[in-house]
Amino acid sequence: MDVQQTSPSAELTNGSGAAALLAAGIGSFMLAVFAIAADQVAAIGKWMIFYKPTGPLSGVTTSAIAVWLAAWVILDWRWRKRTVSLARISAVALVLLALSLLLTFPPIADLF
Amino acid sequence: MEMTTRGLWTLIHGMGFGGLYLLACSGVIVELWRRYSPDAETPVTARDETFLRIYIVLMAVLAWLSVLTGAYIVYPWYRAIAPAGTANLAGFPQLLLNSSPATSAWHSIGMEWKEHVAWLAPISITMAAGVVGKYGRGLRHHPQLRAAALCFVAVSLLAAGIAGFFGAEIDDHAPVRGGSIFYLVHEK
Repeated sequence: MDVQQTSPSAELTNGSGAAALLAAGIGSFMLAVFAIAADQVAAIGKWMIFYKPTGPLSGVTTSAIAVWLAAWVILDWRWRKRTVSLARISAVALVLLALSLLLTFPPIADLF
Repeated sequence: MEMTTRGLWTLIHGMGFGGLYLLACSGVIVELWRRYSPDAETPVTARDETFLRIYIVLMAVLAWLSVLTGAYIVYPWYRAIAPAGTANLAGFPQLLLNSSPATSAWHSIGMEWKEHVAWLAPISITMAAGVVGKYGRGLRHHPQLRAAALCFVAVSLLAAGIAGFFGAEIDDHAPVRGGSIFYLVHEK
């Protein structure tokens, strides 16, 4: 029978999971930050045009994805063997995610 | 009964990849909520674990395909610039929406929000896929991690829902159409 209550993954520290959570929060938040910067500062908007038919959206999303993946790799490398304060890290990650939802909403983004 | 190339890509992007993603969200939420709870009465089998891993990776693929086809195939047609003197804006959806105060908010709020918020879905679900891939059934022993991953999946559903709603409404008010025409049914 293949039913197991414990598995090798149960022995894993929470570091890798925390790294994935926080990196996703950082990546999402940076997406909103890059979007606002590209919209409010003409020079940044122009610089963010990685693919002309798509306009600044191409640079905003590519840059955010690069930050997210880099944060994930670095945090995972630092935390993978550690047990970290998951309550605090997940709270920060969820706040960053909620902020990214709000900051991408144009009436709020236009306040900056 | 006919379709244009641009209409077909809009359909593939929205109803294909995006619609399937929205449908799949409830499955992963229920699975993570019910089966991977530390209080769940039935054990998670290796088969269940493999199922969820494949399911959530496929969801991530759908989410990425949806945003990438949207940003790099459909969006350029949406924001196309009309040549000077163009009177009929039917082939230029963004300009068509902005040409009337009654529809301009579909661009200034709808599209401006949709084009950014949609990307939260692939980021969130890829993170969740990474966590499920790494911990598998061991997530039962990491309830905080499971709860946080569930929150991200729920936000990805919300983000995809916002993008889907505005996508459908924008396409209703200023459809992305054009390119080659192909006939689904020929009337005699």
